[in-house]
Amino acid sequence: MFVVIRRIATCLLLCAALTSTAVAKEADAPIQTLLQSHGAEIKKSSRKSIGPAIDALAASGTPDAQTVLERWQAKEMWFHKDSGLFVFGQEADGGDLALFDVAGGGEIGTAPKKDYKQLKPNSGIRGMIAAALVQFQLNAPDPATRAIALDAIERDAEVSHLAALRASIGPERDLTLKARKERIERLLTIRFAEDDAERIAAIRGFSGDLSVDLRAALNPLVQTKLEVATDLPADAKVVRVGKELAHDEAYALLVERDLAPPRTDPQTLRETLIANIEGEEVAGVKVATLDTDDARAAVYATLAASGNAQPLVTDADVTGALERYVFFEVFTGAPVPVALAAQAALHDIEAKLALSQTVDLALDGLSLASIYFLAAIGLAITFGVMGVINMAHGEFIMMGAYTGYVVQLFVPDYTLSILLAIPLAFAVTFGAGVAMERLVIRWLYHRPLETLLATFGVSIALQQLAKNIFGTQARPLTAPGWLDGSLVFNDVIAISYIRIAIFVLAMIFLAVFLFVMNRTRLGLEVRAVTQNPRMASSMGINPDRINMLTFGFGSGIAGIAGVAIGLYAKVTSEMGADYIVQSFMTVVVGGVGNIWGTLLGATLVGTLQKGIEWLNPSNTLAAQTYMILFIILFIQFRPRGIIALKGRAAEA
Amino acid sequence: MSPKFMKTSAAALLIASAAPALADCPIKVGVLHSLSGTMAISETTLKDTMEMLIDQQNAAGGVLGCELEAVVVDPASDWPLFAEKARELLTIHEVDVIFGNWTSVSRKSVLPVIEELNGLLFYPVQYEGEESSKNVFYTGASPNQQAIPATDYFLEELEVEKFALLGTDYVYPRTTNNILESYLKQKGIPEEDIFVNYTPFGHSDWSKIVADVVALGADGKKVGVISTINGDANVGFYKELAAAGISADDIPVVAFSVGEEELSGLDTTNLVGHLAAWNYFQSADTEANSEWIAAWKDRMGEDRVTNDPMEAHYIGFNMWVNAAEAAGTTDVDAVRTAMYGQEFPNLTGGTAVMLPNHHLAKPVLIGEIQEDGQFDIISQTTEVPGDAWTDFLPESAVLTSDWKDLGCGMYNTQTSTCVQIKSNY
Amino acid sequence: MAAIALSASRRSFVMRYPSVVIFIGVLALFTLGVTILAEGFGIGVISTSFVKTLGKTLCLCLVALAMDLVWGYCGILSLGHMAFFGIGGYAIGMWLMYARTEIIVRESLAAAPLPPTPQEISDGIAGQIFGVVGASEFPPIWAFAHSLPLQLAAVVLVPGLIALVFGWLAFRSRVTGVYLSILTQAMTLALSLYLFQNDSGLRGNNGLSGLQNLPGLSDVPQSTISILFFWASALALGLGYVICAWMVSGKFGSVIRAIRDDEARVRFLGYSVEAYKLFIFTFTAVIAGIAGALYYPQAGIINPAEIAPIASIYLAVWVAIGGRGRLYGAVIGAAFVSLLSTWFTGGQAPDINLGFYTVQWVDWWTILLGLSFVAVTLFAPRGIGGLFDLISERRHPDRNGASLGPDPGALREKEADQ
Repeated sequence: MFVVIRRIATCLLLCAALTSTAVAKEADAPIQTLLQSHGAEIKKSSRKSIGPAIDALAASGTPDAQTVLERWQAKEMWFHKDSGLFVFGQEADGGDLALFDVAGGGEIGTAPKKDYKQLKPNSGIRGMIAAALVQFQLNAPDPATRAIALDAIERDAEVSHLAALRASIGPERDLTLKARKERIERLLTIRFAEDDAERIAAIRGFSGDLSVDLRAALNPLVQTKLEVATDLPADAKVVRVGKELAHDEAYALLVERDLAPPRTDPQTLRETLIANIEGEEVAGVKVATLDTDDARAAVYATLAASGNAQPLVTDADVTGALERYVFFEVFTGAPVPVALAAQAALHDIEAKLALSQTVDLALDGLSLASIYFLAAIGLAITFGVMGVINMAHGEFIMMGAYTGYVVQLFVPDYTLSILLAIPLAFAVTFGAGVAMERLVIRWLYHRPLETLLATFGVSIALQQLAKNIFGTQARPLTAPGWLDGSLVFNDVIAISYIRIAIFVLAMIFLAVFLFVMNRTRLGLEVRAVTQNPRMASSMGINPDRINMLTFGFGSGIAGIAGVAIGLYAKVTSEMGADYIVQSFMTVVVGGVGNIWGTLLGATLVGTLQKGIEWLNPSNTLAAQTYMILFIILFIQFRPRGIIALKGRAAEA
Repeated sequence: MSPKFMKTSAAALLIASAAPALADCPIKVGVLHSLSGTMAISETTLKDTMEMLIDQQNAAGGVLGCELEAVVVDPASDWPLFAEKARELLTIHEVDVIFGNWTSVSRKSVLPVIEELNGLLFYPVQYEGEESSKNVFYTGASPNQQAIPATDYFLEELEVEKFALLGTDYVYPRTTNNILESYLKQKGIPEEDIFVNYTPFGHSDWSKIVADVVALGADGKKVGVISTINGDANVGFYKELAAAGISADDIPVVAFSVGEEELSGLDTTNLVGHLAAWNYFQSADTEANSEWIAAWKDRMGEDRVTNDPMEAHYIGFNMWVNAAEAAGTTDVDAVRTAMYGQEFPNLTGGTAVMLPNHHLAKPVLIGEIQEDGQFDIISQTTEVPGDAWTDFLPESAVLTSDWKDLGCGMYNTQTSTCVQIKSNY
Repeated sequence: MAAIALSASRRSFVMRYPSVVIFIGVLALFTLGVTILAEGFGIGVISTSFVKTLGKTLCLCLVALAMDLVWGYCGILSLGHMAFFGIGGYAIGMWLMYARTEIIVRESLAAAPLPPTPQEISDGIAGQIFGVVGASEFPPIWAFAHSLPLQLAAVVLVPGLIALVFGWLAFRSRVTGVYLSILTQAMTLALSLYLFQNDSGLRGNNGLSGLQNLPGLSDVPQSTISILFFWASALALGLGYVICAWMVSGKFGSVIRAIRDDEARVRFLGYSVEAYKLFIFTFTAVIAGIAGALYYPQAGIINPAEIAPIASIYLAVWVAIGGRGRLYGAVIGAAFVSLLSTWFTGGQAPDINLGFYTVQWVDWWTILLGLSFVAVTLFAPRGIGGLFDLISERRHPDRNGASLGPDPGALREKEADQ
């Protein structure tokens, strides 16, 4: 408050006079002079040209330089549009700018924002500034600042960092930071050290590690380049043409080195012919007849023979040329011993990496399986147990997700809102399920095909309703902070917490399902009604009530699944439709009427999809297509699913 | 609304009676944007933009002494329906110009109709290029006005050495990535350092792809992601990026289809620093832009944002008005001739020029995502002329488009022949 | 063969089914009326775009007819017939695109100093067609695109073969009822996802476009072309109706209705249920393919979204609303619902102002459709066609409260009467 008053006062009293005096005062400071000498580059703000400016600031080594770098990085530096003088600026009220001196940081006053222009270093420049700041920050008193310096080294290491880092390891008191520093020091040694033995030792020191940054340090060392010569030099690895190297590529290299004439491509051939057109003819052949490749080649041969064109390079010529030379690879990234050590280390990593990747893929598959399971479990009740085809199941998932979204509109605390959203989503979709069962489904228990169509009608109506209410744009459903990030086993195996939460939720649902079905009176009654409604009703069970509750229960679970799915993906009116076919597939593949079957079905569908994705990583759509085709085929061979009900229940 | 309307129509009447009648009044402007279906969310905004522009123009006296009348139809995000509605606009409503379309496929659907009936279409969205129709003015960015500069930014400013081109599987990402692949190879990026992946619309399971992108960094090269991921799928993608703890400093992502409107469906705290390339950002600090935003919010509500295709319509509409005034008629051929060389100030500063290839010269902006869902503009080029045929694909490099002098949209400079007068659809 | 058999039994067939004569008469009058009113050869009261809408509606009626045959008569709720419809469209679309582009490419290459080689022409065409999706080579699937007869054969053969293989697999393993429906839906989804991929070679999401421009007929105005297609569609619908009516009239028809009502019983009577079902499934797929091949040149563009499962479900909706188990019901349903949809979503329907809220039909039509669909299923399983029963004063036999069987939507009692 006081600050504001003071600022207003300052401005009122001194505005006009102050700007000019302040500018004069700060213009003399050495840091301003230094900045001005690189003014053009700094204002241009391009990574390509900024280097000298940052270097000069870093080299000056003054505390002012450090402050300038830090505030420049934070986009707090401005310059006056006319005088070009640099200041620190903070946006104040009413389009004004609070100005501070680059030398010492003292407050100058306020000025209209339009007179100043903000420096907006892009992330490339910010990275360079961070690298330059390392020397100031490595020994800073605040551990957080030291950590920032280490981040900067990891992102953008420079040769100069190695010495600075080595010097800072000794005084380091924080054990975590010390360990990190030592690790980075070894990585930098691999990359920058002069002494081969030192580098090899550092490489060997990492055995068993398969992190990305280590591989990033090693891989450049084993870079090779394809070379060609008449004789094989020592230390070089032969590359055989036709085996590791395609003929065309090998020949292209020869052409590039001027060791062989280029092949005549159709384009040159065509152009040569056009160049030699005389009237209606080329080399005595009518132009109109040159509408096949053979005819053109023949005319070209005539032209070549008469010396009017470059001679054709035949396949025999190519083979001959390739035989005359030997192709080999040489290391370009490091001296041979270092490269070999790196190669050996990478080879070790390779095997472990493959294992880790498989594990990661399996985790992904498991995660997808749990999502499918979650989407399908409600269906396993309504379709699997009751035999009701509910095409609006996907829309119940959507309703659950939107419930979560609406709750978050009112309850800003994400943890609380999710805890509220789960029971609420259950309640909403339970209600919707009961309403649908009462109004539509119960009239159609003996007409399954029409249940399918009627529930489909409900489905499109609900989808459009959601569009009318919430719009077609995806709505945010944000997970609480403690579900951010992922559980990292190593740099390859990692799984986000939200997926773990979904997995856990799926398992809880499984347990709840088993408990309700096998251990409660409701479950007993449900099974009785499903198996023989007349018999059940003569035992005093009200089948109407049981059907209603079961359907509501299945729908309610779909609602909770919706909250979970919305958390990890998106909330749109069409999200249900994305899952409906897969959900039915999951239940059908697993075997109707058996929750374990659904679980197996989800696992099969999930891992299969991930597997196909792994085989064809550039096209995720293909994975879905082939997965569905596989399921169609699978059902041909096991029409009743993985776990088929036997006996009378199967005919029900 | 109604008093305002009466006032404008009264004004228009006055002018109409004063000025010589050069055109049939009122002048009809067709608006062909989906108001229902999946594209409604994006396209409805453009319909509102057009209505606002037409109202503003009417308030300023209309065109050629005539009042403008918007004829709004709803093609319902259904591609064949776009062709049907375009025919309806041109034959039944007899509109003088159409502003419309969003997706490329809808444009391709409309093209044959527009060309057959000699209509005039202003297309406001960034697209993949490789097209130049006599009857279409492309006011959105072509690849060299968005994708190529963004890639240059990656190469030069961020020193990215390894590229992941992630896109939704449809024509715009396919063609754009194809151009970029070719461009990167020309820039010396080897083929193995370019990772391309396509996902279906609305894809949600991104864990594997994000893990693949992270793994690209294993050979010590800086990785950057160029995203042509469209619509809803972005939500899952950015969520997964955030979950994997990837900051913009480690692996920057530049998106061509994520604007202010799309970010409103996301919590952007974890996305700060990731990039988008457009010709317009709401955060552009000019007076014209502040007025435009104020007018928009005044009409549509405080929480509405402005975006790039809106600016494209703003420029396109004003150019059409000026061209019609210059030609003295709304006749399609006359207006088209008058369009070449039309200039109009951009909302981001500088001047847009309509080129003989029916594309605009516009500045390219690159912005970093901020916590408030807006973009911080960190790079702004001078005006870049839009290129109908990319220079970075061998079969397109020989093609050029010049409707003014050559009278051909697909002219082969090597053989000096016009490949075709109609466009390829 | 159908025609010969038809003439042989014409007398009894026509007498037993006066609805066929009425239908053909109405269709002929309608066609004549539209021709007179349209721009192509008539007075031009109806716009070309409306003629196209009517022509497309006739194609939809034809595919609805196929759907009625497979679902209303044979009891197979296929959620895949719009996929066959789309395949037909793709098959003809490939030739249309190829031939149109070939003319352009040949013209432009004719100006070159050297006459083009076949390879250059093919490359030129491929570059034009696939340039938009970032490719320049013909995928193998386009091998026959240059030939109209072969692609016309594909219109019939490809949907037929897919239906044959899929049906054989499904019926053989006794997948029936809702399981079969879900399976056909999965097939449709797989097909549309496959086509959405660029790698499928059919231009992915972009699909095939510019189909309304017939190769070699660039000088013929669209007003004429639209009428020609309208006639072709009317002819196809008329023929399809007669053939379907003939098929369901004889013993064959009785068997497939019996399969619908009690499959097991028919099997025990010694009929090869699978063969009958397979024939109907494949035959209707072929009809759907032909309908699609007529539809898409009028629509102008086909893309995978047209094949999405929702389209097939809408097809079932049309048939259900029109009235299953009677051929005219399917036609009425398809025409009524699709034209009504066009009217409502086209923004022509007036908004209803409720004071506190304005109902915009663009937004609310789908909801109305969905709910009316539920209502039809629950309360009027005979659909619009049921109204005709009121006129003709047909009554269901009284079964004294016994169940009407698994599928009361179909007219088994009426059929039993005949």
